[in-house]
Amino acid sequence: MNVVTQSHIPGVERAYPIGEPILELDSISLRFGGVQALTNISFDIREHEVRAIIGPNGAGKSSMLNVIGGLYTPQDGTIRFRGEKFANMTPGKAARLGIARTFQNIALFKRMTVLENIMAGRRLFTHANFLEVALQLPRARREELESREKAEEIIEFLEIQQIRKTQVSRLPYGLQKRVELGRALAAEPQILLLDEPMAGMNVEEKQDMCRFILDVNDHYGTTMVLIEHDMGVVMDISDRVVVLDYGKKIGDGSPAEVRSNQDVIDAYLGVAH
Amino acid sequence: MAREVAGRDTFAKLLFDQAALRGDASAIREKRRGIWGNITFRMLSDEAAHLSLALAERGIARGERVAVIGDNRPRLFGAIAATHALGGVAVPLYPDSSAEEVAGQLRAARVSAVFAEDQEQVDKVLDILPNCPGVRLVVYDDDRGMRHYVHPGLADHGHLIDEGQALAAKAPDAYRQAVAAGQGSDEAFVFFTSGASGAPKGVVFTHAALIGRTRAAVQAQGLTASDTTLAFFPPGWLCQTMFSYMSSMVAGLCICCPESLETLIDDMREIAPTSLLTTPRMLDAIFSRISTRMEETGGINLVLYRRALALAQRVGRQRMEGYAPGAVNRFGMAAYGALIYAPLRDILGMSRLRSACSTGDTLDPAMQGFFQTLGIDLRQVYGATETAFFVAMQRHGDEGRGTVGKPLDDIAVRISDRGEIEVRSDGLMAGYLDDPSAMAAVRSADGWLRTGDAGILEPDGNLRLVDRMDAIGRLADGTVFAPRMLESRIRFSPHIRDAVVVGDGRDGICALVDIDTLAVGRWADDHAIAYMGHADLASQDEVYGLVADWIAEVNAGLARDPATAALQIRRFALVPEELGTENGFLTPTGKVRRHAVTERFAALIEGLYAGQSEVMLETAAVEEGHHGPVALKIREASVVGVPGSRRAA
Repeated sequence: MNVVTQSHIPGVERAYPIGEPILELDSISLRFGGVQALTNISFDIREHEVRAIIGPNGAGKSSMLNVIGGLYTPQDGTIRFRGEKFANMTPGKAARLGIARTFQNIALFKRMTVLENIMAGRRLFTHANFLEVALQLPRARREELESREKAEEIIEFLEIQQIRKTQVSRLPYGLQKRVELGRALAAEPQILLLDEPMAGMNVEEKQDMCRFILDVNDHYGTTMVLIEHDMGVVMDISDRVVVLDYGKKIGDGSPAEVRSNQDVIDAYLGVAH
Repeated sequence: MAREVAGRDTFAKLLFDQAALRGDASAIREKRRGIWGNITFRMLSDEAAHLSLALAERGIARGERVAVIGDNRPRLFGAIAATHALGGVAVPLYPDSSAEEVAGQLRAARVSAVFAEDQEQVDKVLDILPNCPGVRLVVYDDDRGMRHYVHPGLADHGHLIDEGQALAAKAPDAYRQAVAAGQGSDEAFVFFTSGASGAPKGVVFTHAALIGRTRAAVQAQGLTASDTTLAFFPPGWLCQTMFSYMSSMVAGLCICCPESLETLIDDMREIAPTSLLTTPRMLDAIFSRISTRMEETGGINLVLYRRALALAQRVGRQRMEGYAPGAVNRFGMAAYGALIYAPLRDILGMSRLRSACSTGDTLDPAMQGFFQTLGIDLRQVYGATETAFFVAMQRHGDEGRGTVGKPLDDIAVRISDRGEIEVRSDGLMAGYLDDPSAMAAVRSADGWLRTGDAGILEPDGNLRLVDRMDAIGRLADGTVFAPRMLESRIRFSPHIRDAVVVGDGRDGICALVDIDTLAVGRWADDHAIAYMGHADLASQDEVYGLVADWIAEVNAGLARDPATAALQIRRFALVPEELGTENGFLTPTGKVRRHAVTERFAALIEGLYAGQSEVMLETAAVEEGHHGPVALKIREASVVGVPGSRRAA
């Protein structure tokens, strides 16, 4: 496997060259009762890369992401984060390790403003207890200011200044997706899991989202793992792609390699199984 | 810094003075990351000092021209101040201009260095750099996305300031000496005309001319160092830079930079500026917004709002006719003031506004009346780029009569035999860029400059603007008409954004109307009319009905005045594309490029006069689902009376 050192702009070094594997998944199997959701899947995610998991509907992509995020515990297999082995990942553990995510069906606090939602993503960095916050003691005040500062940096980065005080439920879908990305970024993650970030978007919104994904990777060096069923979008922005079909891994490699893989072509063209 | 620099005849000396006298006062405030930051005169002066030394180190010398492209930002003003500090000439360009336009202007002005706000502007400049051999340095401010750029002439604004700081430590007196070496007769700025009629032309000004005009402007508005203004029009428009940078240097007022155009309304509310530059187009937009939102509110609020406006109009009329309003009306005005006018002013961010100037086009008296009702001192100002803008201004008592006010004290205005406004003042341009013959063509030997505007000087000294000389039309029967007057009347409807009337050499007047998508969209929603996009909305029979009703009202209004009775709008059509800056129908300051519109819709205009009820027009596939030719409808408008009196307007 050749490690990519080129940035997305030809001829220029990446600010954060792709490094060693940060997350390794080994022989992961996941069952729900009698349903085999994932079968013996192994792949790794390298630091600072944009890694895509693609596959037709029902291929097990979201299950895979939920295993990484600690929502599901696989029956078999191991997960290593920076070489350290985790038998059972939990969402809390994942968050503390620096794994943040967005959801396929937007999971924002609908009645809160954009700014409040993004500041909520700072939960890991605030330690003041209820009383301290209620009384506005120094630590609570300091933390609030820090959160606000970071949130405003993200708002500027994602170009959503004009909606910072708008209630999330009043925003169109594409913008809600962007806010969700913002909230995940507020956690300053090392790995960002994006569950179908471009689902249901029109062409222009998709282009915007692609640009933000690449910008986040370029500017913060965040390792990106994204799920998408639309192959075209992913191929342009990913460094490496894993292809799942019926819970099995059928391809893994650079976009070009995956594109010429016969199993992948069959899966997408719908050959009878 | 205590040492004074003699004379206040250049902008650099003015800044030096402001920093020495009131260094801790705010020069610029900018909203970034949700917080209003503060830049004092001392900070601005220091930045100008350091940046100018760094520029000089890189070979930018006295008299060279430096372009700035971007929005109103502290760094942009810093770049202008640094250019002036080293004796250079600032050339503000429009950030929306295409790469070709920028290339043409950089070449025409023989620019040596460019300050570009961000990646978007840098891309534009780097693209055209091979065609602009004079440009040796490109400076960028926002470094987002700039990490990849490797170019010998490219520099980071922040790094340059650091470089300059080191240089200043070695030569502490260099800045003061450079500032002191400037003279009022030096070139200060090059501005490009907006190009509403013809290609944009570069206009050169000296420090003395612009400082003189700015002093007059500041005095006429009564502005002082405690005033605050919000700058949101492109800095390439002389008017905006006079209201921001130049006024700040002359009077010491504070310039506020909004976060972005999208957040403008919120930012304005937070800042509540005391001085504002605006255009009829922007006022139209604000008015439409208020009306639509009020209509949506419904109920008691709407009833109160309507009554408040009706009362204000009655009282306004009484006052104009010289009666004092009675006790009941006075009580009503006070009550509505508390209930309606004051809250509206607050929502618009106009609660502290002392002086609002409208320019760029004729302000409809009814529109002006609306804002004055709210208690906003909105006055019309007249001027062109070539005359450094402040030529005439309405004084108290001149409002609501459709004039642009009286000429300022130090300016002489006369009307030529052809009906053209001519101006003589010390504030005129020094000339067009590198073209002495163009200057000679518009200025007589004794210093009168032809403005290209047709006007009438009324007996009481008020100047009435008719239209551009080349826009004035003559119907086939000889009736003279000014499109601008008719268009501004049509535009007063909250449902209409723009209009272009035609009729030169024809047997009647027809209009192309651009509807306000937002307002008409809401109206359509209320009337259960389904539509998709602007083009579809503009083709609905109901929408045509809405516009036809309005034009009938306009015609009735025209018929009431014998001078305009003959100018009835006979037929009209709605245009399928929004007239915008990006499609070239508007200038960057929002004026309609008449030629662009009449050229694009030539077939439609022929149809209007050929009596057709439908014309097929190739579209540029503006919206999804609309490809190929679309059928555009034409409607008759109801006309009042028979045009009998054939006299000039």
